[in-house]
Amino acid sequence: MSFSEIQKNLLKQVADIESIPTGAYNIRTDGKLHSRNVSANIDIVSKKDKDGIDIIIKPFTKNERVDIPVILTKSGLKDLVYNDFYIGEGADVIIVAGCGICNTGKDASEHVGIHSFHVGKNAKIKYIEKHYGEGDGNGEKILNPTTEIEISEGGYMEMETAQIKGVDSSVRKTIAKLDKDATLIIKESIMTHGTQFADTDFYVDLYGENSSAHVISRSIAKDNSRQRFISLVDGNNKCSGHTECDAIIMNNGIVTAEPKINANHIEASLIHEATIGKIAGEQLTKLMTLGLTEKEAEEQIVNGFLK
Amino acid sequence: MIELKNICFTAEVDGERKEILKDINLTLDDKLIAFTGPNGGGKSTLAKIIMGIITPTSGKIYFNGEDITDLSIDERARKGIAFAFQQPVKFKGITVSDLINIASGKKLKVTDICAYLSEVGLCAREYVNREINSSLSGGELKRIELAITMARNSTFTIFDEPEAGIDLWSFKSLITVFERLVNKSNGTLLIISHQERILNIADRIVIIANGQIKTDGKKEDVLPEILSSSACQVLTSKTEVAQ
Repeated sequence: MSFSEIQKNLLKQVADIESIPTGAYNIRTDGKLHSRNVSANIDIVSKKDKDGIDIIIKPFTKNERVDIPVILTKSGLKDLVYNDFYIGEGADVIIVAGCGICNTGKDASEHVGIHSFHVGKNAKIKYIEKHYGEGDGNGEKILNPTTEIEISEGGYMEMETAQIKGVDSSVRKTIAKLDKDATLIIKESIMTHGTQFADTDFYVDLYGENSSAHVISRSIAKDNSRQRFISLVDGNNKCSGHTECDAIIMNNGIVTAEPKINANHIEASLIHEATIGKIAGEQLTKLMTLGLTEKEAEEQIVNGFLK
Repeated sequence: MIELKNICFTAEVDGERKEILKDINLTLDDKLIAFTGPNGGGKSTLAKIIMGIITPTSGKIYFNGEDITDLSIDERARKGIAFAFQQPVKFKGITVSDLINIASGKKLKVTDICAYLSEVGLCAREYVNREINSSLSGGELKRIELAITMARNSTFTIFDEPEAGIDLWSFKSLITVFERLVNKSNGTLLIISHQERILNIADRIVIIANGQIKTDGKKEDVLPEILSSSACQVLTSKTEVAQ
């Protein structure tokens, strides 16, 4: 039940935990179950037909948190996992996922997490997902998460997804369907550097009356890295939707942003925005008048932007 | 003390070379100095040259006897020069407390941050964790800018048109803020202003027009001259402040 120093650091980066968490958790290391705990209200069950788990949260469970981090330290490992979340009616919980890869070898390490969320009637969840890579080998760190979300009537989901650093390549797909009075808020933050590539693709179907969605992405592309942001919010009923990409480019970084909206109903109210540019010179100047060097000022702006 | 020696600044304006500042020589060591003069006369450019935001075409700048002409903005800031912008800069994700902490050079207690905000008439609790972004009004941004600048505790502090964009009520308290600052500070405050009430609390007034020093003297001598000059567009009308 112990962790190596590398594993401890990865856990700290992706889940902000340094040892075995209290409450419900499922820790997966190098493609296998490391440890698991369930609570009176949160059950975690291994799938029988494929690799992965079902996380079942009882109706009206309140103030509980479940951690399901995945860490990879073996070079050349390709890990594919299916995690299904069933959040019962009226529950109010926090789910912390995330994947950290330490690759010191020459072969690519890859984690593909396919998550599906079934958010029950009037349930409220906050889902936090962090992706992080490290290791001085030539082997790539690849993360390709897919998230499928269904929110029942009156349900609420807030998803914070962050690719902190060190991930060479990621293709992130998120598909959401919202019933009547359901709300979805997605906040994505991504930083790429070196020659990394990050692709994100959101699709939100607002089919329920009075459903609403905000899809907000903040990203920074440094060095020779590339990013592509695509989002489509479909307003198929009386609903409100907003999708926004705000990106900072540095050095030779490249960002493509395509925030799209489709209004298929007369009472659909939709907004899309995209802003891409380098750090504003006046922001650097202001921070330098407060005594920061240009490099410190740049770090401050980047950290604030992705906060 | 700032000494400006033979400062010239030339820039391209609408395709033509224009002399923005023409051989400026000044020694600034009074407690409260006001730069005033018509718009486009060169006041802000000169202030930015002192801070290092604009590089002069020629001339030398000395701070307490040391040549700082080739120093960067941050090097000058660390030596004790501060600058409050006419149009405060907005950020994304950076909060009021972040900037006050950076300005003071250390992590302050919330009560200390609140003290700076209260000083400029803001209800501190509401603002400590606010992001410095477009959700703040022009007046709020201006007051936060003043609080941040005060947190520098610099020995030479420049305020570029602190009254611009501030409503009448705030303007009255702004005068009090400066009066308190003068009493507390053991350095120099340089305020660029068009406002009679600000000029009235200055020790010295320098009128800059067409890139040159038109008048430089004690407030008692210069202010009556400004007020009696009907042709001079130095001062903003009182009604304009109230808007």
